Amino acid sequence: MSKPDDEVRRRQRSRALVMALALAAFVLLLYFITIARISGQS
Amino acid sequence: MNSVTATADIAVPADWRDFVALTKPRVMTLVVFTGLAGMLAAPVQLHPVLAFTAILCIALGAGAAAALNMWYEADLDALMKRTRNRPLPAGRMDRQTALHFGVGLSFFSVLLMGVATNWFAAGVLAVSILFYVLVYTVWLKRRTPQNIVIGGAAGAFPPVIGWAAATGDVTLLPLLLFTLIFLWTPPHFWALSLFVRSDYAAAGVPMLPVVSGPTVTRQQIALYTLPMAAAALAPWPLGLAGPLYGIAAAVLSAVFVLLSLQVLANRATDPAEMKPEKRLFAFSILYLFAVFGALVFDHWLIG
Repeated sequence: MSKPDDEVRRRQRSRALVMALALAAFVLLLYFITIARISGQS
Repeated sequence: MNSVTATADIAVPADWRDFVALTKPRVMTLVVFTGLAGMLAAPVQLHPVLAFTAILCIALGAGAAAALNMWYEADLDALMKRTRNRPLPAGRMDRQTALHFGVGLSFFSVLLMGVATNWFAAGVLAVSILFYVLVYTVWLKRRTPQNIVIGGAAGAFPPVIGWAAATGDVTLLPLLLFTLIFLWTPPHFWALSLFVRSDYAAAGVPMLPVVSGPTVTRQQIALYTLPMAAAALAPWPLGLAGPLYGIAAAVLSAVFVLLSLQVLANRATDPAEMKPEKRLFAFSILYLFAVFGALVFDHWLIG
């Protein structure tokens, strides 16, 4: 019973990590998009 | 080990790598390249960050369409050797998850495209996703042996989207690039389906070699190659590209036509004797990369 539980935890951890990295990358990207669009307008 | 993971399927959440596999990352390279070429051939230059974002959105949109395609075709993929190990038919992910992922990624890519570049490009991206999923996957793929022709139209969108992201409109050159990929896809894919025919037959997909036999397929390959070469050459006499592009397109297209004639001359039905088909398939990939590369080179060196 404990073995599948470990597997579930391991999957959840790796998915959470990938999601966190993707979100961080998205925040950074939005920041740079904003800078690019503002500087393009002036 | 395998049987343990197989029985625990419903409880164990899908691995993140299976989400990546759902987006068909290998198909994406060609999509990214042609999208980038369409953008770089445009007269307007995007800010590098916005250009990167536009290409990212094209790639994510293609990935979303691929995920929705796999959601719809899980039953069919289970019947073919080549696709049996995809996340859904292999039971590593449930269908609902794939659907949510595909729909979510579609909205994300279209909205980000609109915010970063313009809403016209976002609209074309949305149309391309809907076309691939609804017109090709749901409607025509299982109904007509011309399915590949329709699928080619879906794959032909990237340079148009790349161009639209840069300029906010669509003119003759991106439409010619669309036509080129559209006419390139049938010879490219039919050459492949000639030597992997047995697989499609097992899944009951009406692939042209399955329905009409290898002779008709070879005729169709040769037939599509001629207008394809014309579409590749057209930008030069129309003044949309320079002689560097014109000569490169002419030489590459001549080789393509020559290889397709060798396919036409081949009578073999055994995949082991289908060297000309394999050669044409391999060259067709190089061809598309080289023609689009030449267009960008021509534009940046001379234009």
